[in-house]
Amino acid sequence: MKPLLELIDVCYSYHSKGGETPALQNISFQVRQGEFIALVGPSGCGKSTLLSLISGLLVPESGSIQFVRSSGENSDTATDSAMRGKIGYMLQKDHLFEWRTVYRNITLGLEIQHRLDEESRARIDKMLRDYGLERFRSARPSELSGGMRQRAALIRTLALEPELLLLDEPFSALDFQTRLAVCDDVSAILHREKKTAILVTHDLSEAVSMADRIIILTKRPARIRNILELKFEESGLTPLARRSTREFQKYFNLLWEEMRDYEEELPIEEERS
Amino acid sequence: MRKSFRLKRNAAEAERVTPGNREHEVQTSKGWECEVQAYEIAQRGQKPGTSEAQHRYLRSLRSRQYRVAAARILIFVLFLAVWETAVRLGWIDGFIFSSPSRVARTFCAMWKDGSIFLHAGVTLVETLVSFGCVVLLGIGAAVLLWYNTELSEILEPYLVVLNSLPKSALAPLLIVWLGANMRTIIVAGMSVAIFGSILNLYTGFNEMDPDKIKLIYTLQGTKRDVLTKVILPGTVPLLISVMKVNIGLCLVGVVIGEFIGARQGLGYLIIYGSQVFT
Repeated sequence: MKPLLELIDVCYSYHSKGGETPALQNISFQVRQGEFIALVGPSGCGKSTLLSLISGLLVPESGSIQFVRSSGENSDTATDSAMRGKIGYMLQKDHLFEWRTVYRNITLGLEIQHRLDEESRARIDKMLRDYGLERFRSARPSELSGGMRQRAALIRTLALEPELLLLDEPFSALDFQTRLAVCDDVSAILHREKKTAILVTHDLSEAVSMADRIIILTKRPARIRNILELKFEESGLTPLARRSTREFQKYFNLLWEEMRDYEEELPIEEERS
Repeated sequence: MRKSFRLKRNAAEAERVTPGNREHEVQTSKGWECEVQAYEIAQRGQKPGTSEAQHRYLRSLRSRQYRVAAARILIFVLFLAVWETAVRLGWIDGFIFSSPSRVARTFCAMWKDGSIFLHAGVTLVETLVSFGCVVLLGIGAAVLLWYNTELSEILEPYLVVLNSLPKSALAPLLIVWLGANMRTIIVAGMSVAIFGSILNLYTGFNEMDPDKIKLIYTLQGTKRDVLTKVILPGTVPLLISVMKVNIGLCLVGVVIGEFIGARQGLGYLIIYGSQVFT
């Protein structure tokens, strides 16, 4: 698979009156085209900060985030608007605006970028049909179920035709059953649209069920602790189907052990400091 | 837990997933159809007249509405009746407290010579104009403060002080500064409402969910998009409630202005009446 995005020695700190809080230290990894990466780590370690950096909402203090152009020759920095146009960002909550209909919520991004035309409308119509929301195009968001809202938010992101999707715990606000169903939906949609995605999650089973690779971060300031490459005997399984495989159990346990180490390390490190 | 998933999904899985092939079918899944059905049932349920119990509920709702309306009218009529009776029976002095019949007679007389229309009309116009100015200036200033947080930090203490000034004390000054004319009275009306509405709107703008704002930035919007797509549409309910309060405040300001520097308007009428009385 061709590389799409490359992070080299990315560092970032938050500044406040009280002082400087380093959030990320020397983060380097590559994202390959069409790949699904999960980012896991102790809560508050800087996972969301990393997504904000990749999306260009924040600028790294040092290091670089490079988008590898499809030609593979020239690349741009993260702040470049041309590159930001290729990134879709899904937040924890759907944030559908109650004062807009479902359809107008979906067209929000296109409206902002002045890209709402016949072609994009046709694309949205098709997605609405495909993802079971056609009848709700003129409904208010409050009339939708949690799963439907999340799908609407996903269409809003996909309508911009991003090459890379950043998913910042987009399922954590859903109840467990809906979450499993939405994970399946999202994974199917991403595979069909052949999108690359980076998922931030605190749910280890979600990470194992959806990802091709899992990047494990240390506690703040976050560094990369380990990168886990997932290989399933049977390829093309849906997240739900993966959950009943042998490998799922194996990877879950591996991840569990990695993360548990932390809990044990924590008090020791605190004593040191 | 895992076993039950397996049972439930096995059949569907077998159809959907072909080994060695990464293609996932986007499902026209049963789950979605259920959601659609539930939605339709909910929509139907909103239309009345489905069952006897629903009819009973609607009947009780209607009769409650009638009772509320009747009680409101009754209280008003009772109040007038007690007032009139009290004056007629000499419990209170009609010369000082007036009475509904006196009010009606005066009103009719003023109706006939047309003076009530002039005075009420003048006050109404002044109130509406000052209200309109408060709406435009209030929103404009709040947007400006929201755009420039440093400016808002600088101006905040001034706004708080201006808002807590007793505006009726300003009215004589306004007349000295601007002259005894309609413009002064409109400014007096505005002075009562403007600072409070700027403060309220600005606070409301800042209380907007920061994640909704972040969403606009993730869609590559600018600060201007945040304003037009989130802040303004999201604070419409606040805007309406602030304006409801303001129309009353503008009337208060206008009447105070008229007390001091007017030849027309309800405020002038009140002062005229009290001076004739003394």
